[in-house]
Amino acid sequence: MKRTMIATSAAALIAGLTTATAVFAGEEDELVIDGETLVTKAPAPEGSPFSEVISGWRFRSDETQALQMDDFDNPGMIYVDQGLDLWEAADGSEGKSCADCHGDIAGFAGLRAAMPKWSEELGTLATMEELINYSRTEHMGAEPWKWESNEMLSMTAAIGLQSRGMPVDVATDGPAETWWEKGREIYYTRFGQLDFSCANCHEDNYGNMLRADHLSQGQINGFPVYRLKWGGLGSIDRRFKGCVEDTRGVPFAVGSDEMKALELYVASRGTGLVIETPSVRQ
Amino acid sequence: MAGKVKPRVKVPKKAAAGEVITIKTLISHDMESGQRKDKEGNLIPRQIINRFTAAFNGEEVIAVDLEPAVSSNPYFEFSMTVPESGTISFTWVDDDGSVYEDEKKITVG
Amino acid sequence: MNLTRRSAFKVAGGVASVALVPVAFSRVASAAMEDAIAAFTGGAEATDGGGLTITAPEIAENGNTVPIGVSAEGATDILILADGNPSPGVATFHFDKLAAPEASTRIRLAKTQNVIAVARMSDGSYVRAASEVKVTIGGCGG
Repeated sequence: MKRTMIATSAAALIAGLTTATAVFAGEEDELVIDGETLVTKAPAPEGSPFSEVISGWRFRSDETQALQMDDFDNPGMIYVDQGLDLWEAADGSEGKSCADCHGDIAGFAGLRAAMPKWSEELGTLATMEELINYSRTEHMGAEPWKWESNEMLSMTAAIGLQSRGMPVDVATDGPAETWWEKGREIYYTRFGQLDFSCANCHEDNYGNMLRADHLSQGQINGFPVYRLKWGGLGSIDRRFKGCVEDTRGVPFAVGSDEMKALELYVASRGTGLVIETPSVRQ
Repeated sequence: MAGKVKPRVKVPKKAAAGEVITIKTLISHDMESGQRKDKEGNLIPRQIINRFTAAFNGEEVIAVDLEPAVSSNPYFEFSMTVPESGTISFTWVDDDGSVYEDEKKITVG
Repeated sequence: MNLTRRSAFKVAGGVASVALVPVAFSRVASAAMEDAIAAFTGGAEATDGGGLTITAPEIAENGNTVPIGVSAEGATDILILADGNPSPGVATFHFDKLAAPEASTRIRLAKTQNVIAVARMSDGSYVRAASEVKVTIGGCGG
């Protein structure tokens, strides 16, 4: 009986979804940063559940869009500045900085576009956060950073920026394949009291309004993202956690295998788009 | 958390004499409003940037008094006339008494 | 929004007059706001309009970071208030002689409300303006 009621209320909520109107005319805008146009809408690759892949940027209001169109106006860039300082800063028992081994951070161009990826060294599907902490503990003799710490977000933003404009290019075969399959399973599994899967909102209803929210495809090509609501940068896991909590479900732990599998699957759904790190959303 | 406080300033490197230029400033700061509570329900004390100023060769150009209603990572954009080559200096004053500074040189001619 | 007040006026034509009258100042002023304004003007009367412009979105996607701008030719100081926040103060700008009397910032609005600006002009007079910003409550807090 209880289950039926919950299912009914979820159906009612979905029924309340309405088609977006001209208010969101920003869907046809182009994202141009420093004279360079970033692909925000593209035909979906073969096998994609979408007919076209669309960046979350296209779903935002003109004011929010504008914040990402100028690298000074983009408040995520103050984190990038801090990340670049950290890149040069020696830390840990080895007295080494990132730059001591890796040189120019620009050498990491393309890395963000390939994340998450299978790592032989770590023996797991590795996220950017895990690669950074592996380097800190194994190479620098430094303490790992917390997932959602200012330092970690600054570093993932600074490294991610090096790939801005590069096409999303995650490997879903080989040792990553089982992770991808797991991620897909999670994506289509209904969670929470509202009984929603990721797909219910971000595949079946993107472009529609869920109350005052203009639903996007839930793409993660711009992370870490500066969210106006958060007043700061946040990770992919923080966003996934928030989404599951919105279904009144219990989210997977940050950095868990489930989160990583979901990250890989969702990243692969963005094939055709380019990296926007650090993006700005509402 | 905005973390370490770090200013970011955008000033054109050159201007014509008497030209009106646009200046943009950002500083990483949580702007803790004093309205929020922590997990135990205790009020988190207010800590904001309460004043921002800009000066040209030591002469004040703009001064802003901020309240907690200014967003985290405070952003200001303003315009000024540059009479001659010189230095534009910026200061942000924190509730805890800290003063953060930055400056940019501009060449007129 | 692409649909600005100005373009909405064009679209809606003659019937728009009801919806688009500027917010009447007397209707929006609370006691705390009146006090803040009196402290700024020293009790002097502020008149509506008079070249003071507030630039703000009609609809803010999130109230935590709302871009706003103020501009008033001949102003030396501009006070910005928000009438629906826990306290009305937002910021006070002082423009010295090298500064153009205009500035932009990003502010917090707790809910749909009026952003109010009062400008002190160089002749000692005061003008005021108000602009309503609708703050959307989304379904996806995240």
